Amino acid sequence: MIYTERFKAPQSLSGKEFSYCPGCHHGIVHRLIAEVIDELDIQGKTIMVAPVGCAVFANDFFELDGTIAAHGRAPAVATGIKRARPENVVFTYQGDGDLAAIGTAEIIHAANRGEKITTIFINNAIYGMTGGQMAPTTLLGMKTTTTPYGRSEKNEGYPLRVSEILKEIRGVAFLSRTKVTTPQDVIRTKKQIKKAFLAQIEGLGYGLVEVLSTCPTNWGLTPIESMQWLEENMVKEFPIGVFVDKVDKVK
Amino acid sequence: MDKQKFIVSIDEDRCKGCSLCIEVCPKEVLEFSKKYNEKGYHYAKVSKIENCIGCGFCYQMCPDVCISVKVLEKIKS
Ligand SMILES: Cc1ncc(C[n+]2csc(CCOP(=O)(O)OP(=O)(O)O)c2C)c(N)n1
Ligand code: SF4
Ligand code: SF4
Ligand code: SF4
Ligand SMILES: [Mg+2]
Repeated sequence: MIYTERFKAPQSLSGKEFSYCPGCHHGIVHRLIAEVIDELDIQGKTIMVAPVGCAVFANDFFELDGTIAAHGRAPAVATGIKRARPENVVFTYQGDGDLAAIGTAEIIHAANRGEKITTIFINNAIYGMTGGQMAPTTLLGMKTTTTPYGRSEKNEGYPLRVSEILKEIRGVAFLSRTKVTTPQDVIRTKKQIKKAFLAQIEGLGYGLVEVLSTCPTNWGLTPIESMQWLEENMVKEFPIGVFVDKVDKVK
Repeated sequence: MDKQKFIVSIDEDRCKGCSLCIEVCPKEVLEFSKKYNEKGYHYAKVSKIENCIGCGFCYQMCPDVCISVKVLEKIKS
């Protein structure tokens, strides 16, 4: 009897075991990026800029060229790479601490310049790597190690909706917010990641996909409880949707 | 007996026992092993492959890329 592969690990992953905690959504998104790179047949010319955060080792998990930027500076590093090597496909992979706190200036200006780069933005409402401190995206009332009584708008301000800010910026060619808590979400997220890459490949401008993600370890929940918490709380604060789409077709 | 239509393989040493695949499977094909893997997790294993519909939901949700799904080729007569 002959069996054929229907679902198997994409070749743009290196095969090295991920360093993420059990159930952490970083891993699902890594696989989706690699599947998109395989399908677009751009493995040989794609360069990844990894962040500071739990994904700091991401270069090891992909079979791609790449580097790591200083905290928050991935869009600036990616800009340099892309301008020096416009024939390459360049993307950044960034957490919410990296992109929405220390890297706020870089992301806004890369988007505003319409850099032909792509960003995959993992919003887990917390600083995962450093042990669960408040991020700009932390929800009101959410307890973290630096907001032990819960975040209050009086003291720490409101959760920052980065995609709602970026959608007003004219250099943006594709922008969406998604999640990966169900297989249907995962499939939709992959289509959006593909469009965010096509935005740069077709020379249209900057592409970003924000993925609402779990951090079971610092949320103090099981992987399954984390997904329920995300659905019940994060989606209200950060609505899912496509904000900008100048990409006509998904190849 | 019908031919087995699908093969679901789980890399048990790679598995972190997060249970996402077990929860998402619409046909309850998967379960936790009572044994531990080398990392100390109760890994996911295939228990009722005859119920599998090859949907790949387990593959889609696995954060650690432990799962592959194969389908029996139709032999043309
Ligand atoms: C310049 C600088 N400031 C602060 C830090 C400490 N630091 C490391 S990771 C991190 C935040 C990570 O959070 P996030 O970007 O959300 O990634 P996650 O781990 O949640 O995926 C911080 C503040 C650093 N490494 N460098
Ligand atoms: S600390 Fe949180 S974000 Fe980091 S790997 Fe663990 S679960 Fe994922
Ligand atoms: S392919 Fe679908 S039915 Fe089969 S084990 Fe995976 S989730 Fe269950
Ligand atoms: S989803 Fe993956 S890591 Fe989690 S229990 Fe299943 S096989 Fe193991
Ligand atoms: Mg984070």
